[in-house]
Amino acid sequence: MSVLEVRQLTVDFAQRRGPKFRAVDEVSFELYAGETLALVGESGSGKSTIARAVSSLIRPSSGEILLNGKRAGTRGRRLREYRRAVQMVFQDPFASLNPAFSVGHHLRRPLQIYGHPREDLDIAVEGLLESVSLVPPTLMASKLPHELSGGQRQRVAIARALAPQPQIILADEPVSMLDVSIRLEILNLLDGLKRERDLALLYITHDLATARHFSTHIMVMYRGEIVERGLADDVILNPSHPYTQLLAGSAAGAIRSGRRQVTAPVERQAKKSNIALAELSETVSATGCRFRARCPHAMEICAERPVELSVGDPGHTAKCWLFDPKFRAKSTTTR
Amino acid sequence: MSLPLSPAAASPDGDASSRASLRGWRVLRRSPRMFVGLCIVFFFVLVALYRTFFIHNGNALSHQVLKGPSAHDWLGTTQLGQNVLLQLIASAGPTLLVGFAAGLLATILAVVIGIGGAFLGGRSDDLLNLVTNVVLVIPAVPLIIVVSGFLKSGGIGPIIVIIAFTSWAGVSRVLRGITLTMRNRDFISASKLSGERTWRIIIVELLPNTVAFVISGFIFTVIFAILTQAGLAFLGLGDVNALTWGNMLYWAEVDGALEVHAWWWFLPPGLCIALLGTGLALINFGLDEVLNPRLRSQRAFRPKTSVFDDTPVAEVP
Amino acid sequence: MKYFARKCGFYLVALWGALTVNFFIPRLLPGNPAQIMLGKMEMTSTPPPGEYKILEHLMGVGQGSIVSHYWAYLVQVSHLDFGFSFSQGETVTHVIYQALPWTLALVGTATVLSFIIGTTLGALAGWTRNRWLEALVPVTTFLTAMPYFFVALILVYYFGFIMHWLPLSGDSDPLLLPAWNWTFFSSALQHAILPAATLILVQLGGWMMSMRNMTLTTLSEDYVWAAEAKGIKSRRVMIGYAARNAILPSVTNFAISIGMVVGGSILMELVFSYQGIGYYLIQAVENDDYSLVQGIFFFISVAVLLANFIVDVMYGFIDPRTRQTQ
Repeated sequence: MSVLEVRQLTVDFAQRRGPKFRAVDEVSFELYAGETLALVGESGSGKSTIARAVSSLIRPSSGEILLNGKRAGTRGRRLREYRRAVQMVFQDPFASLNPAFSVGHHLRRPLQIYGHPREDLDIAVEGLLESVSLVPPTLMASKLPHELSGGQRQRVAIARALAPQPQIILADEPVSMLDVSIRLEILNLLDGLKRERDLALLYITHDLATARHFSTHIMVMYRGEIVERGLADDVILNPSHPYTQLLAGSAAGAIRSGRRQVTAPVERQAKKSNIALAELSETVSATGCRFRARCPHAMEICAERPVELSVGDPGHTAKCWLFDPKFRAKSTTTR
Repeated sequence: MSLPLSPAAASPDGDASSRASLRGWRVLRRSPRMFVGLCIVFFFVLVALYRTFFIHNGNALSHQVLKGPSAHDWLGTTQLGQNVLLQLIASAGPTLLVGFAAGLLATILAVVIGIGGAFLGGRSDDLLNLVTNVVLVIPAVPLIIVVSGFLKSGGIGPIIVIIAFTSWAGVSRVLRGITLTMRNRDFISASKLSGERTWRIIIVELLPNTVAFVISGFIFTVIFAILTQAGLAFLGLGDVNALTWGNMLYWAEVDGALEVHAWWWFLPPGLCIALLGTGLALINFGLDEVLNPRLRSQRAFRPKTSVFDDTPVAEVP
Repeated sequence: MKYFARKCGFYLVALWGALTVNFFIPRLLPGNPAQIMLGKMEMTSTPPPGEYKILEHLMGVGQGSIVSHYWAYLVQVSHLDFGFSFSQGETVTHVIYQALPWTLALVGTATVLSFIIGTTLGALAGWTRNRWLEALVPVTTFLTAMPYFFVALILVYYFGFIMHWLPLSGDSDPLLLPAWNWTFFSSALQHAILPAATLILVQLGGWMMSMRNMTLTTLSEDYVWAAEAKGIKSRRVMIGYAARNAILPSVTNFAISIGMVVGGSILMELVFSYQGIGYYLIQAVENDDYSLVQGIFFFISVAVLLANFIVDVMYGFIDPRTRQTQ
């Protein structure tokens, strides 16, 4: 059974002018203990909004979140119970630690709040620091955030997320602000903790290579929608949605392993169909496929909203009319 | 934004606070302005304390009437034979008391309204912000004069309260701005996820990061309160027999110190007000420099060959 | 236009706030202020008929509930009729009508001059980091920390009692009648020099310091570096790029400082016996002439709010960010 189930999650933001902006549009997914789900997409696609909605920092407009099959609490004691189970690691380790307090404070507070006995708080803090390899723990606990490097800060942030003994960790681009040289260490640390503690991990990133390496499943997000999902290898090696193909194409060197060369024609097509212009137009079409302005395969039917369709591999789906048998014929001609 | 001053007030454990005091010392060395300012204010505090223990009657009369400065009476005497230096020392305490008490009260109001409103957001913030801006544009000094004119009761207490209630708005607006930028910072979100309660997030997590701004606002209101109190005293509103620098100026004016060229009578109290005000303002400049390193006096931030010299640079057509 | 409308709305609310404060102030008095006032009036002259009614409305006393008092007060104020001032022997409106132009001209001119001089010096200090200009900072800080009335006392003492250069008090030669001619104008100007100097001296430091700081801050912004790197002339970078952005906070402060300067000028007018609005306010407070007090506070509030409003509208034109939201 899934630890966390998100059903039809929708988040709207009020805008100063004009209608509400739909940042997340009816997104559903499940997280399983001991597994990592990667959420991939460009900046502004709504990845972080999903993380914030799932972590209860912002209130979704509609949809429901089930923790162990029970609806998540939205206030009072039940909200605290929920927050205890679902913890988050933020993107910017320089903003996520309070500059006024020591590392020890950051770890002691969540332990205290969630009822850890006062006598062995210090031991628990040291244990947490050791589990994220911040040694010697007594010294590290007394340090202030500005005395630490970015990687060390992110370790503190991970330790803080572990403090309430959560079942789920939402990692919102946990390494994108770090030096390339230490990214892998942090990701390995998260991966190891996931195994040790049987955590369910939502790994948000724009980096397809690490998404494939560290996760079992991948979801690709475009402008508030999940456009493709499936097993990590399937999605990366057999990208089906034109947007995923575009993403995979741009990261080609890092991931291409030669099973299928899908990227080249897409790139060629893309140049023809004036992508720059489409990218500039911020209007999110209320109906139809949102990618169609940039899509090299755009057809008439794309003015209608696509549903998730199987692309062949088990559990691998894409929200694209190309995979509807009725239109498959046409698509082959365009390809 | 790193706020180097904040840990000093907030470190929970001994180890960190010793580091913080070290940092405080470094702040002083980095900003000579703040150092001078602290020295001046500290001097006046000492003078005020001296008065409480050693001077019993600063207004004692004598037959030495309107004498200029001499070896015996360093700052001369008034028309009633009072020793100006003695009056000056005895006045330091009440003046400081009004300033700091009004400043403290106004700062508390500003913190509660500015930080509280901004953190809660929504309707309550809109309302508090409106109130703040309205109080800000209603002219404070005329209002204070009018209220104390009606009140007539004269004691120091009402004056402190009136000044505080008319001067909190500026500081409140600054603190609201700071809080709004900080409210959405990740460390606040993180403490929400850690299960912290709202009031604790405001007081424990957020407030220490605004300490420098709160102190700066406090000092600003103290200056305002001291100047305003002096003005009220000079108008003869309030207890004219209390010893404050403003009252000294009042009596000097009333008794015609200018006409008889008794400069030693009216110059010192005014200069004391100005010196104390300068000391406080220098502390604030120092705080500004700490908060905004670009303001420091050295030219560390731009190479010498930069815009500072006016040698013509070839203009790109 | 939206910006403009919002500002209008805000200042109406602020005006309402000032009016409400003004309504509640007489309640600080023990007893019936209208009765007290009438008694005082009868001692010196015969009050005009209907005066007691006006006083009741202004002070919010008499029959009825506080709401009806409040309403009567608002109606009374909306007629701009604040009754009779026994201490001046004229209607309140007349006293204010005579005094207000003097204060407005003096405070307005002095504040604008001080703003221009201080801001220019501050920009230069920040830009050149000139040692002499930097050395001015503590001096102007010291001046800023002085009460207005004390600076006024020193100026009166030095220029009047020691040097005998300039007239000591009044707003013009008492022998001259107000008229649009040179003799009167030059007399008025002579009388205004010291008061204006007081206001300028005290304010200068604040403008200089804030402009210096903002210039230093903008100087290290990337767009200034970029402008410099493009090879744009130094002077143009300074005026067109740095100063233009650095001045925005000063403009906001200008609005807020108007209220402060008006406050300071009240005491200064007392020292110079400059017969502006502040001088009469103090006379009124000392004589317990409550209707004059209320009237003057009302007009000072309106003047300050109006000045703030004008600055805000100007700011809307200077700052492109507010222009965009229109």
